[in-house]
Amino acid sequence: MKTMLTVISNALCRITGKNVGARVAVTRNFADFTPQVTFDIKKCDLHRLEAGPPVKAELTREQGLQYYRTMQMVRRVELKADQLYKQKIIRGFCHLYDGQEACAAGIEAAISPSDHLITAYRAHGYTYTRGVSIRQILAELTGRKGGVAKGKGGSMHMYAPHFYGGNGIVGAQVPLGAGIALACQYRGNNQVCVTLYGDGAANQGQLFETFNMAALWKLPCVFICENNKYGMGTAVERAAASTDYYKRGDFIPGLRVDGMDVLSVREATRFAADHCRAGKGPIVMELQTYRYHGHSMSDPGVSYRTREEIQEVRSKSDPISLLRERMLSNNMASAEEFKEMDVEIRKEVDDAAQFATSDPEPPLEDLCNHVFSNNPPLDVRGTHPWSKLKSVS
Amino acid sequence: SWTPSRKHQRTSGPVEVTVRDALNQAMDEELERDERVFLMGEEVAQYDGAYKVSRGLWKKYGDKRIIDTPISEMGFAGIAVGAAMAGLRPICEFMTFNFSMQAIDQVINSAAKTYYMSAGLQPVPIVFRGPNGASAGVAAQHSQCFAAWYAHCPGLKVVSPWNSEDAKGLLKSAIRDDNPVVFLENELMYGVPFEMSEDSQSKDFTIPIGKAKIERQGNHVTLVSHSRFVGHCLDAAAVLAKEGIECEVINLRTIRPMDVESIETSVMKTNHLVTVEGGWPQFGVGAEICARVMEGSAFNFLDAPVTRVTGVDIPMPYAKILEDHSLPQVKDIIFSVKKTLNV
Repeated sequence: MKTMLTVISNALCRITGKNVGARVAVTRNFADFTPQVTFDIKKCDLHRLEAGPPVKAELTREQGLQYYRTMQMVRRVELKADQLYKQKIIRGFCHLYDGQEACAAGIEAAISPSDHLITAYRAHGYTYTRGVSIRQILAELTGRKGGVAKGKGGSMHMYAPHFYGGNGIVGAQVPLGAGIALACQYRGNNQVCVTLYGDGAANQGQLFETFNMAALWKLPCVFICENNKYGMGTAVERAAASTDYYKRGDFIPGLRVDGMDVLSVREATRFAADHCRAGKGPIVMELQTYRYHGHSMSDPGVSYRTREEIQEVRSKSDPISLLRERMLSNNMASAEEFKEMDVEIRKEVDDAAQFATSDPEPPLEDLCNHVFSNNPPLDVRGTHPWSKLKSVS
Repeated sequence: SWTPSRKHQRTSGPVEVTVRDALNQAMDEELERDERVFLMGEEVAQYDGAYKVSRGLWKKYGDKRIIDTPISEMGFAGIAVGAAMAGLRPICEFMTFNFSMQAIDQVINSAAKTYYMSAGLQPVPIVFRGPNGASAGVAAQHSQCFAAWYAHCPGLKVVSPWNSEDAKGLLKSAIRDDNPVVFLENELMYGVPFEMSEDSQSKDFTIPIGKAKIERQGNHVTLVSHSRFVGHCLDAAAVLAKEGIECEVINLRTIRPMDVESIETSVMKTNHLVTVEGGWPQFGVGAEICARVMEGSAFNFLDAPVTRVTGVDIPMPYAKILEDHSLPQVKDIIFSVKKTLNV
C-alpha cells in the first residue's frame, strides 16, 4: 500500500533522475504518519478496588517504536541464547522469556529508572530493560569477563543499579522486594519497588508472610505475578487451589491484566505505582502471559502442553505482532520501518554474540574476589592446604 | 549332552545400570513392598521427575502414591513429616538440596529431634532425597553441598551414595529405616552407568547405613571420600599406582553415623590420610574426620597431619574456568597425596 510519501518520492525520482525520496522515507515523525493514537485496552479484573486503570491508552509514534524495539531486542536476545545454549556455549540453567516481552517493556514504560525492580530467574528481559547492554548480558551467559557479573553469576544472577536480579530460589525475591520497598519508605523518596514472581512461586509461603507485612506497614511495593500458566511442568490448576493470582494477596487490592498487550501492562503498572506512591500500601498485579520456550533449556516444553497451544498463542497473541499490527493499521509507522528495525536489531544481537563468544573467560586471579565488601584482603583456602588464594573486595 | 559351565551362563550376572535407574528401581521395589511408602515432591509424578529419577512411577502407582506438589518446600516437607508421624513412610524429594533450605526447620526440628523429644514415643520414618552439591554451570545458589549441615544434627541419618549399587542398596535401607534419613544424591552421577552385581539385583538387596566400603586396597595412604569424589579418588589412585604409590580408597557411603572404625583401621595400616569432598572446608566432613582421628586410636599411627581436599571456600562461580577451579580435581588429589607422603 503506497503512502503519499512514496508516491511523491517516486515522482521526484522520475523528475530529477535521482533517488531523492529514499532517505526521506525513514525520517522519524514524518508528517504522513499518525503521531499519536488512543487505543482501547481491555478492562482489568479488580479485587478490592473501586476503580482500575484507564481503558484507553495513548501511544505516540515514538513510544510505539521504542516499545517495539525493546520487545524485539529481548526476543532476539532470547533466541540467540537458545542457539548458544544448543551449541553448549551457554551452560547450566537458561530460562527464556520469549512470549513475555510485553511485561518487561510495559512495566519499564510505566516506572522510572529511579524506581526499583526485582524478579526471579527468567530475568534476561528485565536485565535489559533495567539498563544492562545486550553485550554484557550475552557475555554473562557465556561466562566471560565482559559479562555484567564478570562471568561469576550466570543467567540467574545479573544485577544493575535499582535492579536486584535475577534470583535462583523460587519466591525468595518477594520478601527481598518488599524490603527494597521498605527502604524506599524509610527514605521517603517516593520510589516504588516492582517485585515480580511467577504462578509457581505464588504458592510459596514466604509470599504470604511478605503480603502480610507489606500491607501492615503500607510498603510501596507493586507485587506482580507473571502468570504464564505453567510452573515448570505443572499447569496452574494442578498447583493452586485458587488460580486468581490477583486475589491471592487477600487484603491487598489486586488487578488482573492482559500481559500480552504492552499498553495494558503500561497502564496497569502506572496505576499500581501511583497507588503505592499515594501511600495506600502494596498492590498485587497479575499479568496473564505466555512463554514459548519450556521452563528452561532442559525442558522441551511439550510434555505438559500441546504444540497447538503454543502455536495458537504465537499466531493470535504475540506481543510484538500485536503492537506492530496496531501501529500499521493506524498508519503510525511503515512496514519497511519495522523491517529495517528488525535488521538493525538482528545485527546488534549478532555483534553482541560475537563479543560474548570471543571475550576471554575471567582470569583465575578473580576466583576468590568479591566474598566480602569493603574488607581488607582475605586469605582463602583453595582445594588443599597448600593452595593459598587471595580475595579482595 | 554338553552343559555350559557356570561362567558361560548369560541368564543372570552383572548388568550395567545407571545411578538414576538404580534409584528408580529402589523406589519401585519399596513402593511395591510396602503400601505405606509414597513419594512426594515437585514434578515427581506427571513430569517423571525433574531429573527423571521417578520415571514411570506415577504411571505405575498413580496419584495416591506419587504426589506432585506446588512449589512449597516448607509446606510439603512439613506435610511429609506429619504423614510419617501418623505411620506412613514418605519419600520427600527436594528438587535439589539447595531448596531444602526453605524447609530445613521441618527436617531438623520436626523430623530429626522428635523421637528424642518424645522419649521414644514418636518415630519419624521419612526419607528426604534429592541431588546435592555442584552440578555443571548452575552457579552459586544451586551448587551447595549440604552433607556437613545435615550431618551436624543428632537424630538424622545422612547418606551419600557414589555408584549404582550404593544408590540402590542405601535408598532401600533408608526407606526401610524407621528414622529420618537425608539421602544426598548427585546430579552429575545420575547418568553414569556402573556394573551391578547379581546380588544387588535382588529385591531384598540392601546396604547397611553406617558402614563404609573399601573400594580399593592399598598400603601407602588412605583416601576417604563420599559421593562423586570417590570416583576422582579412584582415578587419582590409578595414576599414583604407576608411580608405585598404592592408595586405599574408602567410600564413606554414610556421613552420619560415620564409620570411623573403617577409617582408623585403614590409617593404622597406611599411616597417612587424605580426605576428599566437594563441600567447603570449614566445619566440613573432612574436618570431622580429622577431629575423630585425633581423638581415637589411629592418631599415633599417623606419620603426617591429615590433609583435607575440599571445594574452594567461595560461593560457586558460573564461568567454566572458575567453576573447574572451585572443586577438587584429580590432580589436586594426586598433589595432596604426594605432599602428605612427602614425596
